[in-house]
Amino acid sequence: MSMLQRWRAAAPGQDALPWLLAPLLALLAWPLVGSTDTWITLTVAGLAMGMIIFLMASGLTLVFGLMDVLNFGHGLFIALGAYMATSVWGWLGAATEVADWGLNLLAVGLAMAAGMTLAALVGWAFERLIVRPVYGQHLKQILITMGGMIMGEELIKAFWGPLQMALPLPEALRGAFWWGDAALEKYRLVAVAVGLAVWALQVSVLTRTKVGLLIRAGVQDREMVEALGYRIRALFVGVFVAGSALAGLGGVMWGLYQQNVVPQIGAQVNVLIFIVLIMGGLGSTGGAVIGALLVGLMANYTGFLAPKLALFSNIALMAAVLLWRPQGLYPVVNR
Amino acid sequence: MLRFEGVHTHIGAYHILHGVEMTVPEGAITLLLGRNGVGKTTTLRTLMGLWQASRGRIVFEGKDITHYPTPDIARLGIAYVPENMGIFADLSVAENLLLAARAAPSLGALPRERVDWIFELFPAMKTFWQHPAGKLSGGQKQMLAVSRAIIEPRRLLVVDEPSKGLAPAIIDNMIQAFAALKAQGVTVLLVEQNLNFARQLGDHVVVMDNGQVVHQGAMGAFMADESLQQSLLGLAL
Repeated sequence: MSMLQRWRAAAPGQDALPWLLAPLLALLAWPLVGSTDTWITLTVAGLAMGMIIFLMASGLTLVFGLMDVLNFGHGLFIALGAYMATSVWGWLGAATEVADWGLNLLAVGLAMAAGMTLAALVGWAFERLIVRPVYGQHLKQILITMGGMIMGEELIKAFWGPLQMALPLPEALRGAFWWGDAALEKYRLVAVAVGLAVWALQVSVLTRTKVGLLIRAGVQDREMVEALGYRIRALFVGVFVAGSALAGLGGVMWGLYQQNVVPQIGAQVNVLIFIVLIMGGLGSTGGAVIGALLVGLMANYTGFLAPKLALFSNIALMAAVLLWRPQGLYPVVNR
Repeated sequence: MLRFEGVHTHIGAYHILHGVEMTVPEGAITLLLGRNGVGKTTTLRTLMGLWQASRGRIVFEGKDITHYPTPDIARLGIAYVPENMGIFADLSVAENLLLAARAAPSLGALPRERVDWIFELFPAMKTFWQHPAGKLSGGQKQMLAVSRAIIEPRRLLVVDEPSKGLAPAIIDNMIQAFAALKAQGVTVLLVEQNLNFARQLGDHVVVMDNGQVVHQGAMGAFMADESLQQSLLGLAL
């Protein structure tokens, strides 16, 4: 069974129409962009950006779905992942500067592992100290998680400094493969591959393991999961920590995509993440994939066609999706 | 087996249960009857810890479980079928049962004898085994909800209106299933408005009115006393 089929099986009653949106957007953009080569380059860039945004957003959508928690501090974990990558780059020194695929991929892998570990640890503390006291209180959740992110940003400035830091791509990942006259940037292909691998892993966990079934059941009806004898708070902590780690991974990927890091990197990308979650349907991982791909593609096409409209175009896209489906593409949680 | 001792429950500003006193004997089916809005569902939800009792005690097999968290209450062997059935619509029938079978790590580890017994009670569960639960009919969802409660041996089944909104043929099927459970000595606390259902299954009856228990005793004696039925329920069984 393919990944999409497994998702379809896991989401009865949900039609496949939303899956056509990203290809449709790409097809609509083709004549507008004009050159096919440029269109291919932009499409690959959009898919890469989309998959990185998905990495950052997928944990957050489950956190909301499972416990109705609005975490506006999610950007902190992204920033921590990105900054951890700069530290790993500092420790590795020359390993990122020689054009050796093995060494360079090892460096990226180490940065990912370190970024995920730090984000997971901070995520665990964040849940315990900041989120837990405000379960069920949305306004307080928004205020305190935003406050937590601001505090985190200040701590990042104290530890790594307030200035922009460079996070150059490892030598072997720079440049592009050429397909005709279309440039396919190497790092973007790696980002798409990592994003697809993580998505496949998530689908596998959510559909083939009992913990995954519990998460999906908890998103639908957490009270019933408790009545079956499962402690949903423990499950939630696990999902929160895993979601934070994924945000850390996304932060490493996003930092390398931008090739520099600032303390506000997480806050900057938070807007896109919330657009993705609202568009995809709160609590839906499948919806988050589609939303992230739409945002990535739209940002790249409008960045080329009308750069000043880049953010507006994504908000307009979200508005269009909500006019079509007011609860998002695949709503799981109706609260 | 189960005892409510002066249980009060508040939901926000509303005082719903006003000192509920009742006993559920072991091995019997206890019917909890009463008009709409008298506190039957609140009684079950308070038992399950889904709403907290503000006063009084709930004692199950000698343990005071009044302030136990819901998962701990379930782990004592109390299975709950809520009024809305609590089906996980996005999961298959098999996956719904797997979640209810806490000891089974995977579908292959589901207790084979129990599954066969469930297929005997509700053949539709076999037919729709891999089917998404959200696509089942109302009656099939109710069968799944009850199946989930009995996939592993439980000490007490707490079921809220299993016949609500079901077609007569499916209600008959449900009555047969509960009769089979009764024959096995399973203890059941059942909220029910369907009088035929109540008459055929009940051993013990508890009648509530205005958040209090106004009568409890043997079902046979209650059925024989039409004036009592009229005064408590406004109709005769």
